[in-house]
Amino acid sequence: MSDVLILNGRLVDPANGMDVERDLLLRHGRVAAVEKPGELRAIKGKEILDAKGMIVAPGLVDVHVHLREPGQTYKESIKTGTTAAAAGGFTSVVAMPNTVPVNDSVAGLEWMLDAARGAVVKLFAMPAATFGSMGEEITDYHELQRAGAVGFTDDGKPVLHDRVMRAALVAAAGIGVPISQHAEDTRLTGGCSMNAGPVAFRLGLRGMTVEAESKIVERDIRLLRDIERHDGLRPHLHVQHVSTAKAMSLIRTAKADGLHVTCEVAPHHFALTEEAVGEYNTNAKMNPPLRNDADRLAMIDGLMDGTVDCIATDHAPHALFEKEQEFERAPNGITGLETALGLALRVLHQGRGMSISRVIELMSAQPAGIVSLEGRGALSVGSFADVVIFDPAAEWSFAVKDSRSKSRNTPFDGASMLGRVMATISDGRVVFKG
Amino acid sequence: MNSMTILDAGTVAAGSLLTVAGLSVEEVAAILTATDRLERMAAAERVKILAGRRIALLFYESSTRTRTSFELAAKSLGAMTTLVSDKSSSIEKGESLKDTGLTLRALGAECIVLRHANSGAPYLLAKMTGLPVLNAGDGMHEHPSQALLDLRTMLARLPGMSGRLVNAKTLDGVTVVITGDILHSRVARSNAMLLPRLGARVVLCGPKELLPEDALGLGAGVEIERDFDKALKQAASQGAAVAMMLRIQRERLAGLELDLGDYISRYQLDQERLTAKAPEALVMHPGPMIRGLEIAGEVADGPNSAIEDQVRHGLGVRTALLARALGAGGFESVTI
Repeated sequence: MSDVLILNGRLVDPANGMDVERDLLLRHGRVAAVEKPGELRAIKGKEILDAKGMIVAPGLVDVHVHLREPGQTYKESIKTGTTAAAAGGFTSVVAMPNTVPVNDSVAGLEWMLDAARGAVVKLFAMPAATFGSMGEEITDYHELQRAGAVGFTDDGKPVLHDRVMRAALVAAAGIGVPISQHAEDTRLTGGCSMNAGPVAFRLGLRGMTVEAESKIVERDIRLLRDIERHDGLRPHLHVQHVSTAKAMSLIRTAKADGLHVTCEVAPHHFALTEEAVGEYNTNAKMNPPLRNDADRLAMIDGLMDGTVDCIATDHAPHALFEKEQEFERAPNGITGLETALGLALRVLHQGRGMSISRVIELMSAQPAGIVSLEGRGALSVGSFADVVIFDPAAEWSFAVKDSRSKSRNTPFDGASMLGRVMATISDGRVVFKG
Repeated sequence: MNSMTILDAGTVAAGSLLTVAGLSVEEVAAILTATDRLERMAAAERVKILAGRRIALLFYESSTRTRTSFELAAKSLGAMTTLVSDKSSSIEKGESLKDTGLTLRALGAECIVLRHANSGAPYLLAKMTGLPVLNAGDGMHEHPSQALLDLRTMLARLPGMSGRLVNAKTLDGVTVVITGDILHSRVARSNAMLLPRLGARVVLCGPKELLPEDALGLGAGVEIERDFDKALKQAASQGAAVAMMLRIQRERLAGLELDLGDYISRYQLDQERLTAKAPEALVMHPGPMIRGLEIAGEVADGPNSAIEDQVRHGLGVRTALLARALGAGGFESVTI
């Protein structure tokens, strides 16, 4: 592995409180030196990246992606999904377990994480919280952690039963990893395909209520309190893709009360509203659904005030034929890895004045912290050489035809983005060049 | 900053009718004028208008009135029709709506009339085939031709309406009370979105389970009154009243429990209620009706009833819609 020298860039490394011009030397997959411009002399054999006018930041971390392998490689594979991740500036992604079969065993997890899958960036995984994600019996957290699990989730479905969720939180607390919950009371959402409200009524679609999300968040927080009080443990609940003001408010309160709750928001939930469904556009169909503007603004408020711990894409590729169906029949989800940074900078930085450093923190150091990725999410000397270099001033339009994902299901084709990834370096290797 | 707007790929062919929201008042007027003209035309002349043209009737849900009237309308214009239903086609084998549409197009269909259980299905079909599509009822969404035939029925039956031009004031002073299972009704949505644009007040009436407050989002001129007696009385006191009754759609209730005895006592239109609250009201029902549930048989058959007129006007309006879809019979400029 050759050395990589990144020169003349503006290093924005929130974990180290850095926002200053620095040159970086990456050697043997690690950050070998971070120095003032001019201090690192070019040595032969180095790959030199001129980052003049660019931001050099820790590689982005996405704690919520669906890579569809094994079982649904017509939608995406670990290779294509991580290639899209690299193009989006991500150097670490956490794969959800709703593959076919469900990732609920050590053998399944090891197969997924095997280098033979061809991951282009660092791949982590959250195996299923319960066998088959059926919500009945928790999987073997100890063994799975030993094989690399960074948390557990039944994503796509909630862990519905109180008793099972409690057991999952207790077991995960024992080994210091989060339970990542898809907060949806599926008893309330049968047949629903978008947000409940006047738009759903007009379109004749059954709607998912705000309560379907908030009830599960409320229940899970209650379980955290109960476990802290009675079991002497400190469980970590991570709430996935928060979409409603009500759930956000519950999380804010729980955090203020000192409970270990973290949460993520997906770019589409701060960029779009239910109006995007338009004439039954299946690329505006996801779960949780796009909500109304008050909810969207509450997501932004949560991001601004620190209630939200990270931005996660919920990258959910689906084949064209699956999305070219009746709205109610089309599967939930959109791709997101290549548009996350551009949307975050456009909506949060340009639109709401969030500092670039804070945007980066929400997409690197903080998500890395949620799943305890040692040596990632910061550019300290000795850290893994995971770097994104992007032009923060570049305004561009995302074109889905150029996507590296195997799928094309995004509502953001043609949408204007701010900030363009120029290079992504994973473990010291340049894995993407824009 | 505002939420972002996104592009929606695919265009809908001119001549399509997917929602009443897409019709301007002028277009509504043109459709009704064409209906009059086609109705008056000698059958031997009318049959030339779409002679040799191919129209597919694609029905994923059962239908008596809508299907038959579209078919008879097409035939009266001389078109060839073919009926494809989900029960006797490759749809049963899992063929998608897109592929079914493309197959019909390859067989020469120039227009597709679609009835489908999923809201929005006509948009998909229209965008995938590029053909003019007429929405003959999609899930809980819309039934635009029904709203047009209901409008024509009102113009024909309400006092002082005949010969009036269709514009934004045509139905001034008319209150249409739509009562029953609004939640699941595409007829209610289409009427509630169309009639206020012609000046009518639309009062939606029904219990909360069947009429959520979200219905107010259908647009200006739409109100909710849960007390049926009050709604009727108020409508009658302010001018011309229409009592449009809807069936409870058991097939779409999805687990919802309803006390039918209580429902009947509060919302059934029977003779006593009609006589007491709105004796002059025009009684309408899109069908199929369940006599003895939302409407008493004597009212359905009584002098106020326009139910059979609705069916007749359905034939006329659908004749005009098919001519419009194919750019013929006075609509030559529409689809070009």
